[in-house]
Amino acid sequence: MLRNSLRVIIIAALGWILFQVYSGYSSRDELNELAGYYATEGLSEVGAANLVTSVVVTYRGLDTLGEVTILFLTALIIGLMLKAEHRGDRTRLRESSEFLVTASHVLLPVIFMVGVYIFINGHLTPGGGFQGGAILASTLILMLLSFTNSKISHKVLEITESVSGISFIVLGILGVILAGGFLDNKILPLGEFGKLFSAGAIPVIYSFIGLKVGAELSTIILEFNQIQGTDDKSL
Amino acid sequence: MIYSIIVLILSLIMLVMALVAIHHKSLQIAVIASGIISLFASVVYIFLAAPDVAITEASIGSALTVIIFFYVLNKIRHSDAKE
Repeated sequence: MLRNSLRVIIIAALGWILFQVYSGYSSRDELNELAGYYATEGLSEVGAANLVTSVVVTYRGLDTLGEVTILFLTALIIGLMLKAEHRGDRTRLRESSEFLVTASHVLLPVIFMVGVYIFINGHLTPGGGFQGGAILASTLILMLLSFTNSKISHKVLEITESVSGISFIVLGILGVILAGGFLDNKILPLGEFGKLFSAGAIPVIYSFIGLKVGAELSTIILEFNQIQGTDDKSL
Repeated sequence: MIYSIIVLILSLIMLVMALVAIHHKSLQIAVIASGIISLFASVVYIFLAAPDVAITEASIGSALTVIIFFYVLNKIRHSDAKE
């Protein structure tokens, strides 16, 4: 009884708060000062057709570095927790169906190319490093599902991850030395608007972010895949 | 007008799928229902003119999350069967 009345009180209080928010809401007709600056000056200052990218990589590049760091820590912790004792001596899995295997032979390169396209063209079309990296990781899922007994090297993923992570930081520091600040994109010429090699260092930075995110997400998937069928008591 | 109707229908499907995910007895179906929520959410994001978010939601929400849930479910079932 007491518990039920407590619930009713909490729900009523939440409803009251939401009603206050709703009744005080009025839609704005114009952007606020900061957003307006990004929208009007972003094109000439950064030179990226996709304004979201110019905010994510250049104006708020430090936040992106934080996000990449969080993802790296997540992959690290998952790898630490899922340390299986007898990795490798798992039972052989049953072969996948003919349809899946044949379709993956056709689809795997295409999906991989789409992922690479998304992060290289991050400054021109929607998407960028994170989205492209996630698509790269989803090719790994398809590979694990269709070629069940294939061996995927952890080493390659680790090297890709660390090399692109270090290059990302080095590009950021180069921005401090050569241009206006950390992760400034003007270390390379801005180029012609709308071309692939334009917007300064954004395509380079986003390619490194894409490779890093792809390698991290692939590592997470691979860790989860490799504990299947193993016999460990740590979980 | 037609856009609002499509968004409304998609949101209704998402609500139904959320209820399925909470109340269905089978965990597999619950995981798939939560994946369907992400899939329809990404379509709604495209209608709301946010293609960047839509790509993220489609690839992470409906592919990576679902597959990780299935790996964990499989693992839990194996260790339950042994006890």
